[in-house]
Amino acid sequence: MNCFSVKNLNLHYGEMHALIDIHFDMKYREITALIGPSGCGKSTFLRTLNRMNDLVEGCRVEGSVRLFDEDIYTMPDVSMLRKRVGMVFQKPNPFPMSVFDNVAYGPRTHGVRSRQELEMIVEKSLRDAAIWDEVKDRLKKPAMSLSGGQQQRLCIARALAVSPEVLLLDEPTSALDPLSTAKIEELLRELRSKYSVVIVTHNMQQAAHISDKTAFFLLGELVEQGDTKELFENPRDERTAEYISVKVSAPQAACAAPVDIPARLAG
Amino acid sequence: MTGMKIKENIMKWLVWASIALTAATLAFIVLFVVVKGLPYLKPSLFSLTYNSVNVSLTPALISTVILTALALVIAVPFGVFASIFLVEYAKRGSKIVKFIRAMSETLAGIPSIVFGLFGMLFFVTFLGFGFSVLSGALTLAIMVLPIVLRSSEEALLAVPDSLREGSLSLGAGKLRTIFKVVLPAAAPGIFGGVILSSGRVVGETAALIYTAGTVAQIPYSPLQSARTLSVHMYALSGESLHVGEGYATAIVLLVLVAVINVASSAILKRANRNRI
Repeated sequence: MNCFSVKNLNLHYGEMHALIDIHFDMKYREITALIGPSGCGKSTFLRTLNRMNDLVEGCRVEGSVRLFDEDIYTMPDVSMLRKRVGMVFQKPNPFPMSVFDNVAYGPRTHGVRSRQELEMIVEKSLRDAAIWDEVKDRLKKPAMSLSGGQQQRLCIARALAVSPEVLLLDEPTSALDPLSTAKIEELLRELRSKYSVVIVTHNMQQAAHISDKTAFFLLGELVEQGDTKELFENPRDERTAEYISVKVSAPQAACAAPVDIPARLAG
Repeated sequence: MTGMKIKENIMKWLVWASIALTAATLAFIVLFVVVKGLPYLKPSLFSLTYNSVNVSLTPALISTVILTALALVIAVPFGVFASIFLVEYAKRGSKIVKFIRAMSETLAGIPSIVFGLFGMLFFVTFLGFGFSVLSGALTLAIMVLPIVLRSSEEALLAVPDSLREGSLSLGAGKLRTIFKVVLPAAAPGIFGGVILSSGRVVGETAALIYTAGTVAQIPYSPLQSARTLSVHMYALSGESLHVGEGYATAIVLLVLVAVINVASSAILKRANRNRI
């Protein structure tokens, strides 16, 4: 069954044609990595999947994006969609409140009031995000007091707390040190048994390491999508081959890749 | 010695001179007030009632607190909600935002006596509130509205969009995002504007004389006239019979302002403990 199925997707920021005729399919409980150079539209594409682009002025979306056979752009309630499709951002963005309240924010938003139930959800989410042992004694402490890597795992826990069906991650490790990055990669590999995940990454090793499927974006087009191993070893498209060979032969450069400028700023 | 070195020394001395001058001015004023006022700062000055023999400042002190609180209670909700509209709802850089901003900046530049005149014509006469705490508080509320508005606007703008996105991406609506995430994050900045406003209210005389009047009594109803400490000082020095007591009142006013500042920074520190 397809979890996401995208057809003829076109996206404009005012005059700029940012996504061109995208066809994209994703299976249930798979990790798909989106790769490509800065400004190629992969983050923009990610944001069409939970309609975060709705917030950008002058953004126009055409085509169909289906989540389990439901067109998300005709859904009456965006918040229900966003409950089902969670998102983790490039920079950790914990709210200025306690660790507990951060994780409980989503469930509370969707009507969970009982303290007991909240405590259960918070513990489970923090365990799933592999941070429970580090924060179980400081649930009342402000989330800002955690380290960057912990903050990002807290944000993952916060996203998991509303039991999403899909988790979108926008370069979740680009602002983190190698140790925290390794922890989050390990966490993502564990998550794939329970969730469907789409992750944008600049890091080829990361894509090869954690994903089942990979999609390569270039200049607003989805050039190629396939099994990760297949795509890295036998790319069908020349452009993919070129991008991968440059990136893999210069891993240093890949690690030091510049932070992706959000397309909405560029546009 | 090279020219460069001389220039550097001159600059250094100029900087030190400015610091010394600023500190000395403040020290001189405080010292002047204390020396002139301290001999008159007697317990009788704090008796509950004012009369022409014992110009007690207690009624004025209480009126100051009441009037300040009332003015802020009126101005803060309006200012904060208006800033929420400007930052969160209006299109950024739209005509209405520019218009409201221009209006509030103009409002901030108007001399307080003009507010006093408006307050007298509108609240005192037209609405029939008379010379009263209510008229004074309403007038001062209008006067400090731009301060509250601008500082909350700045505070809201300083909240990173990533927090808003984080909340929306969890399925929260706009209203919940604003009240649960954005406002708490902006609270210290908004609070700073409120403190600044309370300073303006405590120090105001011109706008109050024609709206709250100058009756030296503890107001038991918002429709009674009352004088704040600043107005009390103005009255005492104008009557020229109790100038010494006026200086004593100034000491109390200085202490009050210092207390407000210390208390507010303590509150801020407490609030910040939960954030960082």
